[in-house]
Amino acid sequence: MNLLAQAGSGQPFIDWSWIADHTDDMTARTVKHIIFTGIAVGLGFAISLVLSLVIVRYRWTYGPITGVAGLLYTIPSLALFGLLIPITGFTVTTAEIALVSYTLLILIRNTVAGLDGVPSDVREAAVGMGFSPLQVLVKVDLPLALPVIVAGLRVATVTTIGLVTVTALIGMENLGTFITDGLQRLFITPVLVGAVLSIALAVAADIALLGVQRLVAPWTRAPEEAR
Amino acid sequence: MNGVLEFIADHRAEVVQHTWEHIQIAAISLLLTLAVALPPALWLAHTGRGGFLAINASNIGRALPSLAIIAVVFSLPGFGLSKSTVIFALVLLGIPPVLTNAYVGVRAVDRDVVEAARGMGMRGMEILRGVELPLAAPVIMAGVRTAAVQIVATATLGALVAAGGLGVFIIDGIALQDTARLVTGALLVALLAIVIDLGFGALERAVTPTGLTVTQRGEQAARRGGARRGRGDQVLADQTRRSGAG
Repeated sequence: MNLLAQAGSGQPFIDWSWIADHTDDMTARTVKHIIFTGIAVGLGFAISLVLSLVIVRYRWTYGPITGVAGLLYTIPSLALFGLLIPITGFTVTTAEIALVSYTLLILIRNTVAGLDGVPSDVREAAVGMGFSPLQVLVKVDLPLALPVIVAGLRVATVTTIGLVTVTALIGMENLGTFITDGLQRLFITPVLVGAVLSIALAVAADIALLGVQRLVAPWTRAPEEAR
Repeated sequence: MNGVLEFIADHRAEVVQHTWEHIQIAAISLLLTLAVALPPALWLAHTGRGGFLAINASNIGRALPSLAIIAVVFSLPGFGLSKSTVIFALVLLGIPPVLTNAYVGVRAVDRDVVEAARGMGMRGMEILRGVELPLAAPVIMAGVRTAAVQIVATATLGALVAAGGLGVFIIDGIALQDTARLVTGALLVALLAIVIDLGFGALERAVTPTGLTVTQRGEQAARRGGARRGRGDQVLADQTRRSGAG
């Protein structure tokens, strides 16, 4: 940072007193950022789980469902907000619809892959022991698929944290607000604060979910390629 | 929809200008990304070194929020409100998927085939160019495709640092509460991202050697028959894909 400060103009590179004055804002916006991410990933996971079960039951739906999810995934976030604003306005709904739709592809693919990975011998053994289809799902399929599902949740969460930042552009308050405010006033300190905090949050979430991933599958680390 | 067509008709010059800027920024960024990421990735994979770094690059890349990267680059001395800010940020975002896929693709080439090539007297560079590259081409292209979509998507945010592009319509549309402007920008960006995705998808298929498709078809048939080979590869390919984020 010293080097950067020297290279900058007369004005100090980072205004530390501004940071000291805004610690409350930083906490509040970090919390909002986490809540926004939590809602998106939670809703996205609920939808993905249902769709994944449909796919596992009716295989032909895999192409169409992941096709639509893939299309949503390709649309840039700012564009998706723009397309939704005429319908739902500058609201949390607009932001969350877009955020949820970005989690679907990752979560569906991982959940289906996880369920597919359950050995059919184990499933048959459960059926043979008199498990009902629901019991097989809850007690056999989901626990065994969990490591791969959590791997998907991890990717979805980290991606969403980055995208929440962008919702500041449509008036949502979160860590991205520091960035948009700073850019508007050409004041670098808040820009950097917003960037550093959102990156730190993404990294922290990544590490925390890696821990969860190991925790739910103590007998084996999730295969390298599913991480 | 009517509003959009009307807007485009009334602002033809602007639409052409910003579309062109968008494509220009994205193309320059993608070319720079390839120039920076491909040579080291191929060399590392060929020699089998630095695997941890190359494989984890995409994990790290995913943790970098696009808006935050643009913001950080913006604040660096010498950047600020300019095209170079967004281009530099886009290159940073494009490198991870290209790096990881190129590395994984080359490493995944059957070692027996490489040994056979060596046995036939091929040298290091010959093996890389004649054997490893063609066989890894589909995976490498998949990484390029991810980067391209990501770059086109994120270039939208360039409007925030006065770099132009289609994001201008969206940002201005929001500021002016002008729905037609906003939706026009959004539709054009979405369309561009989808076209790029489909185009690079076609390119991906085009560079797939015929021999490889035949093998894959055989494997798919085997999988339908109950075997589960290759499932992990599929998951990997998905994981390295990245959202239109932006």
